[in-house]
Amino acid sequence: MKRIVADPLKCLACRTCELACAVAHAESEDLVQALAAGARPRVSVEAAGQMAVPLQCRHCDDAPCVQVCPTAALSRACGQSPVLVDQGRCIGCEFCVQVCPFGVIHLAADRKVIVKCDLCVARLAQGLAPACVASCPVGALAFAEIQEDATRRRRQTAIRLAGGE
Amino acid sequence: MEKINHRSADPASREMLVVAGRAGLETAWDRLESQQPQCGFGSLGICCRHCFMGPCRIDPFGGGAQEGICGATAETIVARNLLRNICSGAAAHSDHARDVVHALSLAAAGTSEAYRIRGPRKLRKLAEEYGVAHEGRGDGDVARDVARLLLAEFGRQEGVLVNTRRAPEQQQKNWAAQSAVPRGVDREVVTGMHATNMGGDNDAEHILMVAVRTALADGWGGSMIATDVSDVLFGEPHPLRSRVNLGVLKADEVNIVVHGHEPTLSDVIVAAARDPQLLSEARAQGAKGINLAGICCTANEILMRHGVPIAGNFLQQELAVMTGVVDVMLVDIQCVFPALARLQGCFHTKVISTSAKARFPGAVHIEFHEEQALEIAKKIVRAAIENFPRRDPAKINIPKQEEPLVAGFTTEVIFEMLGGRYRPSFRPLNDAIQTGRLRGVAGVVGCNNPKMTQDASHLAMVQELIRNDVLVVQTGCSAIACAKRSLLSPEAAAKSAGRGLDEICRAVGIPPVLHVGSCVDNSRILTACAEMVKEGGIGDSFDKLPVAGAAPEWMSEKAIAIGMYFVASGIFVVIGQSLPVQGSRRVVELLTNDFEKSFGATWAFEPDPIRAAHLMIDHIDRKRAEVGLPPPMYPVPYPAKTAEALAAAS
Repeated sequence: MKRIVADPLKCLACRTCELACAVAHAESEDLVQALAAGARPRVSVEAAGQMAVPLQCRHCDDAPCVQVCPTAALSRACGQSPVLVDQGRCIGCEFCVQVCPFGVIHLAADRKVIVKCDLCVARLAQGLAPACVASCPVGALAFAEIQEDATRRRRQTAIRLAGGE
Repeated sequence: MEKINHRSADPASREMLVVAGRAGLETAWDRLESQQPQCGFGSLGICCRHCFMGPCRIDPFGGGAQEGICGATAETIVARNLLRNICSGAAAHSDHARDVVHALSLAAAGTSEAYRIRGPRKLRKLAEEYGVAHEGRGDGDVARDVARLLLAEFGRQEGVLVNTRRAPEQQQKNWAAQSAVPRGVDREVVTGMHATNMGGDNDAEHILMVAVRTALADGWGGSMIATDVSDVLFGEPHPLRSRVNLGVLKADEVNIVVHGHEPTLSDVIVAAARDPQLLSEARAQGAKGINLAGICCTANEILMRHGVPIAGNFLQQELAVMTGVVDVMLVDIQCVFPALARLQGCFHTKVISTSAKARFPGAVHIEFHEEQALEIAKKIVRAAIENFPRRDPAKINIPKQEEPLVAGFTTEVIFEMLGGRYRPSFRPLNDAIQTGRLRGVAGVVGCNNPKMTQDASHLAMVQELIRNDVLVVQTGCSAIACAKRSLLSPEAAAKSAGRGLDEICRAVGIPPVLHVGSCVDNSRILTACAEMVKEGGIGDSFDKLPVAGAAPEWMSEKAIAIGMYFVASGIFVVIGQSLPVQGSRRVVELLTNDFEKSFGATWAFEPDPIRAAHLMIDHIDRKRAEVGLPPPMYPVPYPAKTAEALAAAS
């Protein structure tokens, strides 16, 4: 499946992805109005020494959050589709927050339900890349097939080992 | 085509954008695209780069940092950034003013062949105001003393700016109550920079009052001095006819386009372009003559006084070069794209930079010094003549659009136009407002901004205003935008104005939209309002007058300074995109609400030009009612639309 891939060598920590994420999940497309309506980002840029890494849900294949959710609020439609939260079912127990290995699930501002990256399913349906990826001014974020990427690198490695260019 | 139509409402610009697209040439609109997404922290004003513990920014979502490293909150950071913007805007207008006063000193000394006193009446008026004895003294003598006193206004260390006395008593009281009376012009900019230095002023409300004082030092100081002295030096403008848009460029003449802001060189270029020796040199190169045209406010300066045609406004600077017939683009300072110099790689146009304050890598630099003005001007004209044969015929595309316009209106001209030469007076204007034939007056000014369809907001707003019997006064690129749509011609009254405004325009023979000059000439709007107050009957202070201001397509820091001095002078101002202050509710509240108590006026942000026009009309109607003026004489040609009604309908 396609996942959001971050390149820490490129990220300048401008946090534009956070702003774009919040707006993409708000009623209004206007930043000021979205902020007024309490929009929150689902991606966060975290510091790692001199580097910065934008982090959001990995939509794990064997997702611990889905397994642990007592109300089945967290689920996925089929095998590799994004892990989504049904906020109507969520009871805010924070089990998922506890088990997420990446710490990318948080409680909403009202602390009653959780919020997480939905891989911008609405945008994907329109053929658009996730908002964080589309907004990055330096191309530090990509929406890519991890396997394809691995294949490409495997071939490059082979060429390098064989002494070619 | 849809994309191009979205970029500009001007047919000539659209035509040139097609040319640019075909040739693969980049414009500001393309660069705007490559700048997407633009930084939200910057546009909200919550990024601070004032010290290097930082850069810091505030998390607008509330989850992360709510203070910078020093502890500055969003409201402090937002207010400080706005003050810095205003320092820069005020500095630009005022430094321009300083150069004009310097030229006045040269004219006074009689040592310059380029400068002499062409506005003696205005000189005498300034002498009266500044306490210079002038009876029985020659212009040169008087000018020397006036220039010395005006120069002292920049570095004034004690007292307050002399021009602030031109404001009604109420405005002066309002400023005094907020400790916002401007002292020296330079001083306010320096104090503003000091206050925003690390560890300085961090009370948002107080910072905004410093911003007000800095802006007032521009409007009633730098800008007003620039206007007054330009009138003394280059002559007081009088209504005159000219033409506008890229069609004014000529295929068979040497074209020199002046671009930037300062009249000190461009005015002398006008003389040089008429020099018989240079004209014969031009003919020797196969040109039929020397055609001078302008872009932005240096164009407005020489349009107002010499009727020199205008090639276009801010977003047309690159498009003008792309016509392939501009032999020299002479730039001085302010609003000049660095990208211009790079266009020389594709066109024969020579970009010549002239200001000691602004260099453009790749451009030929012929530095301008007032002392050798005419000599330098001739050198530049000669460079254009020599460049004329280098045109590439395959690259010539001149749009045909060229509209007639009338410009040259000033506070003094309004006296004469309305009152007559023998009994100059503002009475007829005030009468028209009192009877309701004229609903009010609106200033629509400011820039182009590629974020908005070029000219579209200016046109929609101005047409809506005049349709509702609001007389519109304009400066800068906004005036050029409306001129391109023929709104600055007397015929526009019958076509586009409401019945009341049309009657006045017919009786007096003026357009419904009056061009009052360059962006420093926004100060003319202040002096005109002061005369309206003095004439009486429609409110005894600015904040009571049925007037309003707008800058629908603004982009420059100068526009922020202008907006702030109008608001602080009691005039409601609505601008298109918001100021970069939305990161602090408190600052937004102060500007759009609390300022009413301090200054009798507020800012408003409204990107929809029709809604913005209605905010202005509603404001004008409210002011009319408060002063006890009757409702507009003629029922409006459509059911009164308010912003709310429009919102409800949509």
